[in-house]
Amino acid sequence: MKLRSKDLLGLEHVEPDEITLILDLARDMKKIVLSNMKRVNYLQGRSVVTLFYENSTRTRVSFEFAAKYMGAHAVNVAVSTSSVAKGESLIDTGRTLDMMGTDIVVIRHSQPGAPHLLARNIQASVINAGDGMHEHPTQALLDMFTIREAKGGFEGLKVAIIGDIMHSRVARSNIYGLGKMGAKVYLYGPSTLMPPGIEKMGCRVCSSIEEAVDCADVVMGLRIQRERLKKALIPSTEEYSKFFGLDTNHLELARKDAIVMHPGPVNRGVEMTSMLIDSEQSKITEQVRNGVAVRMALLYLLAGRE
Amino acid sequence: MKLLIKNGTLITRDRTENNTDILIEDGKISRIGKNISGKADETINAEGLAVLPGLVDAHCHLRDPGYEYKEDIRTGSMSAAKGGFTSIACMPNTNPVIDNESIVRYVIDKARREAVVNVYPIGAITKGLQGNELAEMGRMKAAGIVAVSDDGRPVMQASVMKKAIIYAGGFGLPVISHCEDMDLAEGGSMNEGETSTKLGLHGIPSAAEDVMVAREIILSEYTHMPVHIAHVSTRGAVEMIRQAKKRGVPVTAETCPHYFTLTENACEGYNTNAKVNPPLRTQEDVEAVIEGLKDGTIDIIATDHAPHHFDEKNVEFELAANGMVGFETALPLALTYLVAPGILTLNQLADKMSSKPAEILKIDKGHIRPGADADMVLVNLGEEYIINPNEFLSKSKNTPFAGFKVKGRVKYTIVGGKIVYQDH
Repeated sequence: MKLRSKDLLGLEHVEPDEITLILDLARDMKKIVLSNMKRVNYLQGRSVVTLFYENSTRTRVSFEFAAKYMGAHAVNVAVSTSSVAKGESLIDTGRTLDMMGTDIVVIRHSQPGAPHLLARNIQASVINAGDGMHEHPTQALLDMFTIREAKGGFEGLKVAIIGDIMHSRVARSNIYGLGKMGAKVYLYGPSTLMPPGIEKMGCRVCSSIEEAVDCADVVMGLRIQRERLKKALIPSTEEYSKFFGLDTNHLELARKDAIVMHPGPVNRGVEMTSMLIDSEQSKITEQVRNGVAVRMALLYLLAGRE
Repeated sequence: MKLLIKNGTLITRDRTENNTDILIEDGKISRIGKNISGKADETINAEGLAVLPGLVDAHCHLRDPGYEYKEDIRTGSMSAAKGGFTSIACMPNTNPVIDNESIVRYVIDKARREAVVNVYPIGAITKGLQGNELAEMGRMKAAGIVAVSDDGRPVMQASVMKKAIIYAGGFGLPVISHCEDMDLAEGGSMNEGETSTKLGLHGIPSAAEDVMVAREIILSEYTHMPVHIAHVSTRGAVEMIRQAKKRGVPVTAETCPHYFTLTENACEGYNTNAKVNPPLRTQEDVEAVIEGLKDGTIDIIATDHAPHHFDEKNVEFELAANGMVGFETALPLALTYLVAPGILTLNQLADKMSSKPAEILKIDKGHIRPGADADMVLVNLGEEYIINPNEFLSKSKNTPFAGFKVKGRVKYTIVGGKIVYQDH
């Protein structure tokens, strides 16, 4: 079986059997990540470019390792956002990479839909590594891999996502992905950061943090950025942590075997206490490891399409 | 020069007459009646065609001077003619801005030389569209403007708008307001709602339009001076204008075809051809706009013809230019979406797309009667076709209506007794 599209732009249009395919393959890839010989030749002779218009360490490095562990040529192109307005257009940059023989372009961009624009205009496969507030499909896939490892499956699971839903591409991709696999997603956060109509995407908006985490199988926090203060969306990080931060008492409301997740980087003591981050139920560091495995699986599937 | 139109169905805002002949002499309508005989230099067999007063567009962008790569006065007028428009009023957001009499003269002179339809410039409300100092409305009126507007750039300071309404009113100039509270819009790029949430795009709340419409109604009522609300797109705006009119406030309002045909869903897939300001709203808003057209709350249909180069649309959604071309789709869309389902009669459509906009702009157009300028459009109401942007005469092809099936095709457009467009 293969992926249906040449690109991975989001989880909105990915089918459940494709998600299963990626996660199953990632299980094998994880063995390579855990081994002392992190070198296979699955992508030998292939080239992968990470084209990042936004700062990122973990996602970019994760993709770079994923490509290199499988023997691909991996090149990073870092572009400052300011050059978008005055410099070369995204399409022209993409076409240039195409002509150089790039097989897969991994793009992160502040503009929602930028990967879609690129994918429509170039031959290479495009992977969305985060586009504005829209989607971050590989993060959701690694979250789902982590959940499946811990829970064995998705059917009937309750996943609570707490925080700045409005600006979160991670939340959107998880809502799509988890929903497709049969899990139920519950959201909570400040009302100013709850985007209108989000429930239409297939999730439930709760009226308290307790309602969201009650009997949850997974409790996921999201990063809150200080810029939200300037936009008058929240008054202070102190008030935020008091009403919207996750602590061990919330975990007591969840299922005994609940796991704690966060896409990182974490503001310790703001959206989540250190007690929770470093607890035994926390999968936050494991998520990072799984990220490489999931991205290896995805690169493999996209490169092997023809 | 005599032109005879034979056996057409004459449709004006107040009557429909079958098998009617219209004789045009020296650019004016000389006779209307049955079986007009005699020699004409040219005869059009209008059997099976509707003959409407030439359409009048109170809101378009010709991009000339400054952005001739998108459109110019000649191509814009040809596009208008193909759409059945015989008189068009162009907005001042050119480069340089139409905010002084010399630019007004430039537009009028170039139109006289190159345009195939009547072109009426609209002057800026404020110098450079900056929203601060009043532009020289009196001198611009003497040079030929028919209205003032800072379209595309709302006059954010209420005190400036209040004085602009009073000053323009003193010259008998209509003020056309682009209603958008920029502060509430917060730089958004589509309607705020479930689609913007899904696409992760910054939204423009309908409240941004409503707040400004409320302000303009209050200022119009306070000053007793007319204000024309451009491109109404929200349920809230329709409702407030309806109530204001009941109180006798001298407000008039327009909407555009895209606000009675499309919703925010058209932006799905980051379709930049559906990016427009005000943004496409929800089904509820579309229904309110249609109801407003039906009950007369919305006086006219304008195109907001906004040509943009392909490269300005083939970019990231938030960076894409706002607007869509409209001349060549407005009439067929109105016929298909308003007349065919029985929302408006053909007579009401003739009013909203010709007679009434002429009245608002105070130009002597929109009539078919002896002595009137011979500006007319002949339409085959039964002809169905698929909208194909490659057939547009506009320099730009940015439309969300490509592939739409419509009914009603312009066959002839006549300006001052001259056939300026003929469908082959």
